[in-house]
Amino acid sequence: AGKSTVDDDVLDNLEEVLVTSDVGVTTTLKIIDRIQARVAKDKYLSTSELHRLLRDEIQLMLSENNSNDFRKFEYGQHKPYVIMVVGVNGVGKTTTIGKLAHKLKAEGLSVVLGAADTFRAAAVEQIKLWGERVGVRVVAQAMGSDPASVAYDTLQSAVANGEDVVIIDTAGRLHNKIGLMNELGKIKNVMEKVIPSAPHEILLVLDGSTGQNAFEQCKQFTEATDVNALAITKLDGTAKGGVVIGISDQFKIPVKYIGVGESVNDLQLFDKKAFVDSLFN
Amino acid sequence: MFENLQDKLDRAFKVLKGQGSITEINVAETMKEIRKALLDADVNYKTAKSFTDEVKEKALGLNVLTAVSPGQLLTKVMNDELTALMGGEVTELDLKTNPTIILIAGLNGAGKTTFAGKLANHLKSKGKKPLLVAGDMYRPAAVDQLQILGEQIGVPVYANIASKDPVAIAMEGIAEGKKNHNNVIIIDTAGRLAIDEEMMNEIAAVKEHTKPHEILFVVDAMTGQDAVNTAKTFNERLDFTGVVLTKLDGDTRGGAALSIKSVVNKPIKFIGTGEKMEALDVFYPDRMASRILGM
Ligand SMILES: Nc1nc2c(ncn2[C@@H]2O[C@H](COP(=O)(O)OP(=O)(O)OP(=O)(O)O)[C@@H](O)[C@H]2O)c(=O)[nH]1
Ligand SMILES: Nc1nc2c(ncn2[C@@H]2O[C@H](COP(=O)(O)OP(=O)(O)OP(=O)(O)O)[C@@H](O)[C@H]2O)c(=O)[nH]1
Ligand SMILES: [K+]
Ligand SMILES: [Mg+2]
Ligand SMILES: [Mg+2]
Repeated sequence: AGKSTVDDDVLDNLEEVLVTSDVGVTTTLKIIDRIQARVAKDKYLSTSELHRLLRDEIQLMLSENNSNDFRKFEYGQHKPYVIMVVGVNGVGKTTTIGKLAHKLKAEGLSVVLGAADTFRAAAVEQIKLWGERVGVRVVAQAMGSDPASVAYDTLQSAVANGEDVVIIDTAGRLHNKIGLMNELGKIKNVMEKVIPSAPHEILLVLDGSTGQNAFEQCKQFTEATDVNALAITKLDGTAKGGVVIGISDQFKIPVKYIGVGESVNDLQLFDKKAFVDSLFN
Repeated sequence: MFENLQDKLDRAFKVLKGQGSITEINVAETMKEIRKALLDADVNYKTAKSFTDEVKEKALGLNVLTAVSPGQLLTKVMNDELTALMGGEVTELDLKTNPTIILIAGLNGAGKTTFAGKLANHLKSKGKKPLLVAGDMYRPAAVDQLQILGEQIGVPVYANIASKDPVAIAMEGIAEGKKNHNNVIIIDTAGRLAIDEEMMNEIAAVKEHTKPHEILFVVDAMTGQDAVNTAKTFNERLDFTGVVLTKLDGDTRGGAALSIKSVVNKPIKFIGTGEKMEALDVFYPDRMASRILGM
């Protein structure tokens, strides 16, 4: 705390903070390089100035892709606005859908959910219970039925009922399983048949406690389905979710939501500043 | 995706070879590569540091530079070290007591319920007569999930959806199991965060009352740096007897395994390698070592 200039100790400490927040070595070095460039110019930078600078640099890396933070849970342009939710096993897809439906409903939008995880034991039951909990309709078929057919039904029914938002759940799948990744393409294609511009949002859910593997998840899901939004879950724990900095820097996909618990209200819009602050607390 | 660590090390050593004896300084570059490889594999920051320090000592001791392929020698040293660190040989479950009570614990979505089913299936195939107990009262449809798995594998499931008390359900389950002569009773629990005091007290109470013979901490192999915090806290509260590493059918390098092992020093007993009930394997330290090193 007594240090007034930036030396190797300060930078080492910085490295530790970033790496232990899952920022990853490559991104950490990139951030430190940026800082060092500033330090070289500005020889008498104090540690408090360094911290401000650091927060700015990281926010900048995040905002190069999140051109503006999302301010409200609302969707204007398309009706229905179709969201397809994807991600590896157990990250919090179904829970995020339940929480998001709740937020959208509170904004006065009518929401319908599609139970297109027909694979995992009791997945249909789980999303139905979420539908009951937040008071939105769920379109479902029997376990084991074709997920693309469930998505098709859901979109048709949403159009027929004039609903505002459709959210399609999908089964968790590891990104290195080619057959399962191709299935996502099929689900997506079927939606286009009902609404040519759908899905409008493909939301990749990442578990906030995931380490560097999140890069590969993002890469593979993006290749398979044109992911255009991210949600980071479980940030109510001690994990910092730092891997998202490198991810949004590399893939230019905005982080839209964060999950901070298991209850209906535990979904927030992503706020860069709050996120960066949490890395250093 | 990642370049082979061995090639990188060979290259780093090539630079050094011209310089005569190994000094602290010329090993530094190599150690940096090793450290980066470990951190990229999600090995904990401190663990990676102490591990590279040890390897460095070893490298300075062995005359690595005179070896034909120093990178190869060094990767072998590391592989051996890592394997040893992750606990030499396979550790079996302790199933002596009748009935054996097994408590399952871990973070949200780690794979506990799936593992409970897999374990029951595995034990059944070895001639045991297991009972599953649905102790997750929180997650929507958690009980249905376990019941469906139980049905798939032909193992009974004790559930009481009217109750909200996991201690009571666990005790009822044990009584039911004893009545029906089940010799293994596996208790599934809700996912919880290590910092959730109330939920941690709750699972500590389940342990207190059920006196399990095995407490298995289930952890997602894709977990990053937080693995140590979580494992430490769960271990402090539960003193678990083993670790289960799930989702290793993915392409994660699984450095969390090393981190957990180094902070709690408990054996990794099983790995999950898929969503199906058969996708369970025992843990091989040497395979995990190679995986972490990216070989
Ligand atoms: N603490 C916490 N738990 C969460 C959060 N989001 C989801 N969970 C929990 O994580 C677990 C898995 O959530 P699900 O919504 O079933 O995950 P999923 O991605 O749909 O899982 P699969 O469909 O099996 O791939 C559940 O116990 C959820 O309650 C969060 O933000 N914080
Ligand atoms: N690919 C793969 N998926 C797995 C494995 N183990 C579990 N899963 C999947 O991971 C997801 C979460 O598994 P669960 O068993 O519901 O996890 P849990 O820890 O009981 O979750 P909560 O009770 O909500 O905390 C499901 O989609 C499972 O099918 C594994 O070894 N490999
Ligand atoms: K997880
Ligand atoms: Mg789900
Ligand atoms: Mg469970």
